[in-house]
Amino acid sequence: MARTNVIPFGPQHPVLPEPIHFELITEDELIVDAIPSIGFVHRGLEKLVEQRDFIDYAYVADRICGLCSFMHSMGYCQAVEQIMAIEVPERCQYLRVIWAELGRLHSHIFWLGVAADAFGFESLFMQSLRIRELVLNIIEETTGGRVIFGMNKVGGVKRDIDADTLKGIVNRLINMKKDLEELTSIFVDDYSVKHRLVGVGVIAKEDAYRLGCVGPLLRASGYASDMRKIGYAAYKHLDIEPVVETSGDCHARCLVRVREIFQSIDLIRQAAEKIPEGPVDVKVKGTPNGEYFSRIEQPRGEVIHYVKANGTKFLQRFRVRTPTFCNIPAMITALKGSQVADVPNIILTLDPCISCTER
Amino acid sequence: MSEPQEIIPIEKDALLGAVSDLFAQGYRMVQIGCTTLENAYELNYSFDKDYHFKNLRITAKPEDEIQSISVIYPNAFLYENEIHDLFGIKIKNISVDYKGSLYRTAIKTPFSIGNLPKPEPPKEPKKAPKQQTEMAKNPAAEPRQQTEAANKQLDIFQAQKKETE
Repeated sequence: MARTNVIPFGPQHPVLPEPIHFELITEDELIVDAIPSIGFVHRGLEKLVEQRDFIDYAYVADRICGLCSFMHSMGYCQAVEQIMAIEVPERCQYLRVIWAELGRLHSHIFWLGVAADAFGFESLFMQSLRIRELVLNIIEETTGGRVIFGMNKVGGVKRDIDADTLKGIVNRLINMKKDLEELTSIFVDDYSVKHRLVGVGVIAKEDAYRLGCVGPLLRASGYASDMRKIGYAAYKHLDIEPVVETSGDCHARCLVRVREIFQSIDLIRQAAEKIPEGPVDVKVKGTPNGEYFSRIEQPRGEVIHYVKANGTKFLQRFRVRTPTFCNIPAMITALKGSQVADVPNIILTLDPCISCTER
Repeated sequence: MSEPQEIIPIEKDALLGAVSDLFAQGYRMVQIGCTTLENAYELNYSFDKDYHFKNLRITAKPEDEIQSISVIYPNAFLYENEIHDLFGIKIKNISVDYKGSLYRTAIKTPFSIGNLPKPEPPKEPKKAPKQQTEMAKNPAAEPRQQTEAANKQLDIFQAQKKETE
């Protein structure tokens, strides 16, 4: 008869330094149930809107997370601009797309490295982070920051990128493609990588949808959903199709991110070709009064920034629903029926960002 | 381009029926959010189908109990526990009930009506301390007290000096 045990995973674990905890109920090596626990470092940034005015809060929104910093402030600013009926200049919308895709690029490459580290491929981790450094250099040259971009403000962006720099960025990214193809071919074809990931942590298409999954997790299970299709910022002018895989396992989630890396480079190229001349911001007058749910596609999936304002300079409510938070129920489904040795790979391929979740 | 967003206010007793309808139509549950009003809470249940964003809105008083929708959408349990921990709203029949232990917050239910920031009271002019008022009445009082105390100290010091000699 199988022996039942409870194995704690986290809140500190070698493959995931961010604090999330699972109580894994096992029968020998088989996981029969998993109980998640979060809230170890909840920061209460949503509560801070009561003390920072709506202009200043863009700085706070930028700091919700390191990997998706730009898209948090972008979602927040879009919501406030929508409430105040501010028409943001078109050049600003293209710049937001370029920085957002650079953010997605470095987040996905970083994830590839961390995933490689989790299944014990140390040199692949090093190579991933070497390539990511090239993207970080571009971010540093255009924004002045490597982690926090600090470019968004209500009414536009703070800096412009001139035409020559944009051309240079596109050329550098196209040159980087060769290195990326070499790197990603290992994730796609290597025997040892496939041995660890194929058929592990499967989430069926129906389950992914029913459990409210978002982002690469939902797309890897065969459901074509990408918030960029809504057409916020300049995405309405760009050619974009959601990247979809069908097997729903760890390898499918890996393939979705690999293909999205090249998609992001293509989107930056398209945006650089189509970006019009003009101002990058408009002057903001008055205070917001109303409410709006801003939905954008982060590297980990759909994020919602809900803003409710009452006509004063302090917002009544700001809420962030992060992609990791709504992917937690799917983690439980993926863990059930798996082997204990596969737990780190399963959790990492879901790409949890606890910094966002503990906003 | 702004996304069309639908907000449908409903009675809290009609919540389960409305959510069941959306589930039958194939909507994905996106989120449950809560806002603190002056004397009540506003709960938004958001759903999406083919990029069509729909919200059901209920308003609840602090003493009201709300029915969980985790029986229809199993992923709702996290949102409902979050609302319970941060706002103190009672939600019954949650499929996985953390009973207030999902978030470890410094203060209990930080977003509840009782914890709303209150308007600051008007600033009163500073009152002078009592001692200063006496000094103002009799400016010589304080220096004399000081002199008497100093003389006493001097006497003790001289007496000690004589003893040692």
